[in-house]
Amino acid sequence: MPHDILPTTAGRVASAGERIETQPAGRVAPEARIETQPAGRVAPEARIETQPAGGLDTPLRGSSTDEGETSPRPKGKSDDLRALESGLDALQTDARTRRPWWRRTLAGALPPIVLVVLLIAAWQAYTVIAAPRPDLAPGPLDVAAALGQSWEDGRLQLAIATSLERGILGFLIAIAIGTPLGLLLAEWGLLRRALGPLLSGLQVLPSVAWVPAAIIWFGLSDATVYFVVLMGAVPSIANGLVAGIAQVPPQLRRVGTVLGASRWQLATSVVVPAALPGYVAGLKQGWAFSWRSLMAAEIIAFGGTIGFGLGSMLQQSRDLADLAGALGTILVILTIGVIIELLVFAPIERGLLRRRGLTGASA
Amino acid sequence: MSTITAGAGAGRGAPQADLETRSGSTARTAAIRVSGLGKRFGDGGPVVLDGIDLAVQPGEFVCLLGASGCGKSTLLSIVAGLETPTTGSVEVADGGAAVMFQDASLLPWLTARRNVELALRLGGSGLTRAGRRARALELLDVVNLADAAEKRPHELSGGMRQRVALARALAQDRPVLLMDEPFAALDAITRDLLHEELERVWRETGRTIVFVTHNVREAARLGQRVLLMSSRPGRIVNEWTIADEGPRRIESPQVGRLSIEITEQLRREIRRNAA
Repeated sequence: MPHDILPTTAGRVASAGERIETQPAGRVAPEARIETQPAGRVAPEARIETQPAGGLDTPLRGSSTDEGETSPRPKGKSDDLRALESGLDALQTDARTRRPWWRRTLAGALPPIVLVVLLIAAWQAYTVIAAPRPDLAPGPLDVAAALGQSWEDGRLQLAIATSLERGILGFLIAIAIGTPLGLLLAEWGLLRRALGPLLSGLQVLPSVAWVPAAIIWFGLSDATVYFVVLMGAVPSIANGLVAGIAQVPPQLRRVGTVLGASRWQLATSVVVPAALPGYVAGLKQGWAFSWRSLMAAEIIAFGGTIGFGLGSMLQQSRDLADLAGALGTILVILTIGVIIELLVFAPIERGLLRRRGLTGASA
Repeated sequence: MSTITAGAGAGRGAPQADLETRSGSTARTAAIRVSGLGKRFGDGGPVVLDGIDLAVQPGEFVCLLGASGCGKSTLLSIVAGLETPTTGSVEVADGGAAVMFQDASLLPWLTARRNVELALRLGGSGLTRAGRRARALELLDVVNLADAAEKRPHELSGGMRQRVALARALAQDRPVLLMDEPFAALDAITRDLLHEELERVWRETGRTIVFVTHNVREAARLGQRVLLMSSRPGRIVNEWTIADEGPRRIESPQVGRLSIEITEQLRREIRRNAA
């Protein structure tokens, strides 16, 4: 009789008082006992009674590869389990190879580029076919000429440099203020309840509304511009972080606690990394608000010690009734916004989501 | 021994020495000792746990079995120190307990290796960064996942994630391992393999394991001792000690017979709630 047949068929079941014996006939096998005890009593020593009989070693479940082995845990056994596990792992995971980067870039970039080219072509076709007044509906070529003119004057470069510098600097200051504020709000419930609605209200308020007040406080200076930018961006960044932290699954905090994390370690190793997607979404919105507020401030607050930015250039075009110049400036402002989104935020967001296995809308 | 007692300021208290040590071989220091434990959520809320007395010996594999909502997970949370008891006390052996949950609860932004490394770092293993890395790879090899070390949780199957969680629990290097229905969400084939894996790890590492489940066969397959809990309030109503003669199969007649016996009593307990 091969001893790879289950040994455990031979056993005794005993339950409180009575004893049932089950001994399959003709089988030489170790004796197993199951005991039932009243709850609450513990008798760990009253356990095992195994009597190897008939020269049979305690047989194992499993395949006939165990035949002839004497060790109760032959090496082949654990290799068997490893092979089984590896097989199952291979079945349950799909090795998905990613497309090469240039194909992904092409697939992402091509549709919008084609659309833009089509729109410009349609615009040009309209100006050629309908021939509207060039001062009321300039064509793409007129706009390009206006931009080329301001480039030659050096006004375009100056405006881009001034606005970008202010936008980026203002945004960085907003991060420096909004991040600690968000952390404070997330950790301190009372403050969140008190300040939260106010902060959300500030987010709704168009930050342009601050321009008149800021001009009265700070005059026509850079301080006015930065104040307006901060009032636009800080609430978004702080609220994004608060929302990100609020969305951290409680189970992750439990895990951190179970792993022995201190309060500080829990924050730095678990909560903040888990809140990153929400935080980055807040940053992205904060940048959008910074850029918009900056343009609004530059259009309204014109002159004084305020330098020459894209908003100022727009305002100048209005004063000169130069529609081609105004449209060109709008396109430049739009393009800068798109480029920053594509080069800065989209890759960060995509990386965050991909690492977490979430294929977001921006993928 | 760290002690959790009921009442104000409940938490892991000062070490209590020599509480259980007596001369002779019959009484060893229990790895977990629960006495007179009761739990009630909120004032006047339902009694979830009532009069739980339990001692788990070092190296023992105990399965805690009961219907859904009987409080077995609450009991485990109290032993883990995640919740405080209303009455009674819990003592856990020096070094405390590691916990495994039903979902693997891995940090989704870290690779399998980094998840294990995090446990080594937070658990105060005293290893250097390189040491943690090497140890994490060793532990992943224990659960046969060395090849998947650089994968993130979403790239792993449910069974693989639970094995990473097991490696992470082992990384904590604590004498007691508490498992809260860790395989309940897995398919039967994977669960069967993980039973073998867990049993192997248990035999090799000598951990004390408390395994919460609502699966009777799983309890009969794994445990050296199966504790049956009643519902509302949760009490331990019976226990079975199973002769340990090496690994059993879940489809073996021994497990089957025991399962029938346990199921019958479990059903009696559930029927009592109908009235």
